Amino acid sequence: MDTLLLSRIQFGANISFHILFPTITIALGWVLLWFKLRYNATGDFKWMEAYRFWVKVFALSFALGVVSGITMSFQFGTNWPGFMETVGNVAGPLLAYEVLTAFFLEAGFLGIMLFGFSRVPGWLHTFATFLVAFGTTLSAFWILVLNSWMHTPAGFELRDGVVHATDWLEIIFNPSMPYRLLHMLLASGLTVAFLIAGISALRLLFGDRSRSVAATLRFGAVMGAVLIPVQILVGDMHGINTLEHQPAKVAAMEGHWEQYPEGEGVPLVLFALPNAETRDNDYEVKIPHLGSLVLTHSWDGTIPALDEFVAEDGTVTHPPVAPVFYSFRIMVATGMAMLLLSWTAVALMARRRGPEGARWSVEALPRWVLYAFVAMALSGWVAVLAGWYTTEIGRQPWLVHGVLTTAQAVAEVPAPMVLSTLIAYLAVYAVLTGAYVAVLIYLAWAATHGKPLPTRGGTADPVERAVETAARPAARPGATTPAE
Amino acid sequence: MAEILADPALWLPLTFAGLMGLSILIYVVLDGFDLGVGLLFPFADEAEKDRMVASIGPFWDANETWLVMAVGLLLVAFPVAHGAILTALYLPVAVMLVGLILRGVAFEFRVKAPLRYKRGWDFAFFLGSALTSLSQGFMLGMYIMGLDATSATLAFSAVTAVFLTVGYSFIGAAWLIGKTEGALQDKAVEWARGGIWGLLLGIGAISVASPLVSPRIFERWFSWPEILWLSPLPILSAALLLALWGALRRLPSADDRGAWVPFSCGTGLFVLAFFGMAYSFYPYVVPEQLTIFEAASAPESLMIILVGAIVVMPMIAAYTVLAYVVFRGKATDLRYD
Ligand code: HDD
Ligand code: HEM
Ligand code: HEM
Repeated sequence: MDTLLLSRIQFGANISFHILFPTITIALGWVLLWFKLRYNATGDFKWMEAYRFWVKVFALSFALGVVSGITMSFQFGTNWPGFMETVGNVAGPLLAYEVLTAFFLEAGFLGIMLFGFSRVPGWLHTFATFLVAFGTTLSAFWILVLNSWMHTPAGFELRDGVVHATDWLEIIFNPSMPYRLLHMLLASGLTVAFLIAGISALRLLFGDRSRSVAATLRFGAVMGAVLIPVQILVGDMHGINTLEHQPAKVAAMEGHWEQYPEGEGVPLVLFALPNAETRDNDYEVKIPHLGSLVLTHSWDGTIPALDEFVAEDGTVTHPPVAPVFYSFRIMVATGMAMLLLSWTAVALMARRRGPEGARWSVEALPRWVLYAFVAMALSGWVAVLAGWYTTEIGRQPWLVHGVLTTAQAVAEVPAPMVLSTLIAYLAVYAVLTGAYVAVLIYLAWAATHGKPLPTRGGTADPVERAVETAARPAARPGATTPAE
Repeated sequence: MAEILADPALWLPLTFAGLMGLSILIYVVLDGFDLGVGLLFPFADEAEKDRMVASIGPFWDANETWLVMAVGLLLVAFPVAHGAILTALYLPVAVMLVGLILRGVAFEFRVKAPLRYKRGWDFAFFLGSALTSLSQGFMLGMYIMGLDATSATLAFSAVTAVFLTVGYSFIGAAWLIGKTEGALQDKAVEWARGGIWGLLLGIGAISVASPLVSPRIFERWFSWPEILWLSPLPILSAALLLALWGALRRLPSADDRGAWVPFSCGTGLFVLAFFGMAYSFYPYVVPEQLTIFEAASAPESLMIILVGAIVVMPMIAAYTVLAYVVFRGKATDLRYD
């Protein structure tokens, strides 16, 4: 394998690992703020318990996000020096603003959010929680501005082969930015909704009958049910926007090799095996006209076909079809599964009554729904990775669409060196992802069985101890005791 | 001077070189102490480890952000240099990143994973800190030696790797003296006393080696009248070392007086060493190859960043101070709280 391919795999591996954790922290920060505000407003201890449990998940995810993010910022220099040399005048300020406005904000207040509970007044703790959530969202904003600009560059001119910024508003609000930002923020919300529902369902199955688990399960299910239709809508709009700016990517997503005869429209290929040799699909299952309907919102509108992106001399300027085609389907299928499960759960909770006639009771959920939530706990990760693979591989052979190809940006580092670091990263990532999932399950189990965590003196515990002493339900008149 | 100020293509690169240098300096001192705490892990017992971690818990993330800031500034302000430096340091950078990953996550995992794995994560914390410190020291050496790999430069870099690691352990121990009490503080004083020698040898080795490898650096330091107004640097360093020595002999003191003297003196030494190096290398960003003026981004882009930096920096300073104020005082062992 050559340096280019290895560097691409390495970058893909690093960013894939990184994105797992911001996806969780972006939305979880806001969810924690919500739990805290509910607690402030009602004094109901179940919200504090929910906060206390999920802040641990947040701290862990944040740590993983930070360290993998540091890896990302070195990648540009070690593997893709051509990137900054060519587009540094645009990418530089965007990255700098991310560090200045977002990273320092998060890092500065994370300490207070995690360990300051008993050291600062209540409002400051709530405010710190808000600032951390705000900071993670802000960093998503800046990085997605940059990423969107790489897909739909605007507001610049080329002088001597180097990009110079001409209009910062155009750069920031480049054509695909609003869609991508919205779609990613919703993706984060969905990932967290299903994570919370899944882990809460797991605790329920472990035998945890506390009110806080019931509350978070209900919360996750409803959050998922609300967000998923919006996400599907935004996804559709995102696709239409891509059709306008990167038609080759959409053709690859649809497996649309050659133009259909006039008036026939474009079918929607449900499943197929795209074949780059024959430039056609094997084993195709398709629904006539549906592709036109989804992408052009008309019965027989057409979209460019892949064959239109092959030059006279045979040079292919469209992305590799199979990975884009499959990953797009994985994302959409996951979205559909999310829709099905969350709406089923909400419908069941709305119609059936729990014990003593309680409304919206999680007791109304049959066991198989709980198992389904557990199975879907990490479905957000699957959809997010699949979505990003669609987007990023779909941009190939460009790194910055129409400006810089991936091959032009790569460093001349010897291939064996790239291979050795790639192996090291992969080994570390495999272990850490495994450990992360195992710890999630362990935390759920330990919380169910009232097990203390390993130490009373370490990092996460100040919150816990402060909560236990300062906010004991008995100490707050009007607060209800958690049902054990 | 006036002509520099008149031309943005001159003062902007200078300003950004200054900001980058400042970020590196802040990073080395701040992450230095928390890396140092990790390096001292093997010498501490179970309960002490918990308290050591508690002493850096609220700070380490913000500390590492200065690294992101420094590399970010290199990336955005000197894109050409960024590629040249980081591809030349490809392997040590990778080792450092793996180290940073290990220690950053071990921190969280050690208190969340089942108890039987805690020792393992403690080891990962130490290992990560060691890999990070060693590779940073190695990179420093390579940088001083002009970024080309011969057996001599590699050997020199191996030496700086060890010295920087000792330096970090020292500043980590000095931090613990300020942040702890009782038996752990006694231990920290011992550790700091050991570390002082490493610090001395390290600064000495770099000061001697740099002028020897580079005639230009030699010229900068040992010519008249430069040598005159540079002389405060070594004199101040010697004074700080003496103060440090005295303070460490008196500590631990009954009323905890002077508990922050070692950390302050250590910081002072890092600062002086840093200025010495900055003076040696100016105006190069890639030693002997690329000056900050040749490597800088377009002035318009730098200007945009500068405006942001001027607005945001005071805020960053404010909440950094807030964090240190909120978490001032001795790191308590929560077990007995
Ligand atoms: C929970 C996550 C999730 C879910 C359920 C969906 N997506 Fe998505 N999708 C993403 C998470 C995501 C993402 C990871 O956030 C991506 C990658 C880059 C981006 O901007 O969003 C993405 C990209 C992405 C793209 C590529 C945009 C481009 O050209 O760059 C399209 C067309 C869609 N999505 C469309 C959909 C549709 C029609 C969905 C209907 C079910 C859908 N997505 C569900
Ligand atoms: C928003 C910030 C992002 C930026 C600035 C960015 C930038 C890049 C760059 C520089 C490459 C170069 C390597 C290449 O083209 O092969 C790349 C490729 C890639 N990226 Fe992204 N990326 C971002 C987000 C993501 C995310 C979140 C994912 C997935 C989880 C992702 C997945 C990939 C993959 C799989 C490739 C390899 C594509 C290929 O080579 O076929 N990217 N991206
Ligand atoms: C090439 C692309 C990327 C680079 C260079 C990068 C860099 C970084 C760095 C250095 C950090 C650590 C910040 C700290 O020290 O606190 C970080 C964290 C973060 N990143 Fe990325 N990142 C990239 C892609 C992405 C993408 C695609 C997203 C999401 C859409 C994202 C969202 C975040 C968020 C929300 C954080 C906050 C910390 C956390 O929750 O883990 N980043 N990133």
